[in-house]
Amino acid sequence: MSEKLGVTPAQTVGPFLHLGLLWPDGPYVVPEGTPGAFWIRGQIFDGTGAPVVDALVESWQADPDGRFDHPDDPRGARPPAVPGFRGFGRSETDAQGRYALLTVKPGPLPDPDGGTEAPHLTLSVFGRGLLHRLVTRLYFPDEPANAADPVLCSVDADRRDTLVAGPAPDGFRFDIRLQGAHETVFFAV
Amino acid sequence: MTQDTVHQTGSGLLLPKYRRDDVDAHPPLLSPGYKSTVLRSPQRPLTYLPQRLTEITGPLLGQGRLGELDHDLTRQHDGEPQGQRIIVHGRVLDGDGRPVPHTLVEIWQANAAGRYRHAVDNWPAPIDPNFEGVGRGLTDDRGHYRFITVQPGAYPWRNHDNAWRPAHIHFSLFGRAFTQRLVTQMYFPGDPLFFQDPIFNSVRDPKARDRMIARYDHATTAPEWALAYEFDIVLRGRESTPFEDEDDDE
Repeated sequence: MSEKLGVTPAQTVGPFLHLGLLWPDGPYVVPEGTPGAFWIRGQIFDGTGAPVVDALVESWQADPDGRFDHPDDPRGARPPAVPGFRGFGRSETDAQGRYALLTVKPGPLPDPDGGTEAPHLTLSVFGRGLLHRLVTRLYFPDEPANAADPVLCSVDADRRDTLVAGPAPDGFRFDIRLQGAHETVFFAV
Repeated sequence: MTQDTVHQTGSGLLLPKYRRDDVDAHPPLLSPGYKSTVLRSPQRPLTYLPQRLTEITGPLLGQGRLGELDHDLTRQHDGEPQGQRIIVHGRVLDGDGRPVPHTLVEIWQANAAGRYRHAVDNWPAPIDPNFEGVGRGLTDDRGHYRFITVQPGAYPWRNHDNAWRPAHIHFSLFGRAFTQRLVTQMYFPGDPLFFQDPIFNSVRDPKARDRMIARYDHATTAPEWALAYEFDIVLRGRESTPFEDEDDDE
């Protein structure tokens, strides 16, 4: 088992991603009607500011208690505090480049280095023209824990705002700019 | 309940670690030969993100998401689709050769004529009313998956003069952790269209490119029924820690 294998390379999802990757319940990290649920809505833009109409956003997050129903969490797997919570969402972009996810706010997370991670979602962006997924994070506005978040603090101060959602009538707004001025911060994981 | 768990901080939290991929393992985001990358690739370097709880966990999907015939793309309609019937199977492994069991595998592809059943695909090749081109499956205890489908056709696109995509099947994999998520394409051995395809060739290391090509598998080919191709998919591996055995006992 010590043999090291090379990983299979990533390739674009292409323009027909909807065939294989759309689920009817994709955008619902929590079921509709979940108390406290809100929408995260945003648009994806290319380097000219044009909307990206053939992309897919996927999200992953802890539950409101900051727990994961996953065996590799060293605190132990725990069933979600919210009934029907999946932790995972996926939404294609529409003809205006818009995506939408219904979720609840995750709890803060303990950091292995001793600090605390502020509530966040991690996002993958797939699309035509993206040979590998792009990874970013969404943080919440007016969240005091953001100031000490180890990931936000590792990002240049003048770009940090690309990772913080804005308020919206039914939740939060989080636009993603793939390229150019105000380019979203993307991560190597 | 949340008080003692959420605020459990300090150096006692031991997380599994996944090895980062080699620089040449994946295509560069900006690959100008593939024109759509030019305006969609970030210009700033990616920011290094240490793997924390959100990255070493991930959705463990599958149970309840699968229909009985999701793995058999030839039996999802009243009639059989046109084309060469094929079996596509293989294992999902991590970089240490360990199988990844019970993980969701999603595929989509063009039909035998090279046409996708998609509103945006309108080149003049026939739609097959008996072929959706979409499959889902779970790996078994040993990381093995198996689909039955038809050989997809090549198709033209407008990236460059006389541009044709080699026949391929799109594969989407979750693995066990967010950091293992992978979407790729499976190609067929000996395809004469490789030389001019900027998506296939966006992977610069020829050895890495070869990992996207299935192997013709005569042992699995079913007599008088279907050709077989074997395609193993390797997701990134874990770095072992002295505490791994303890973790596994939980």
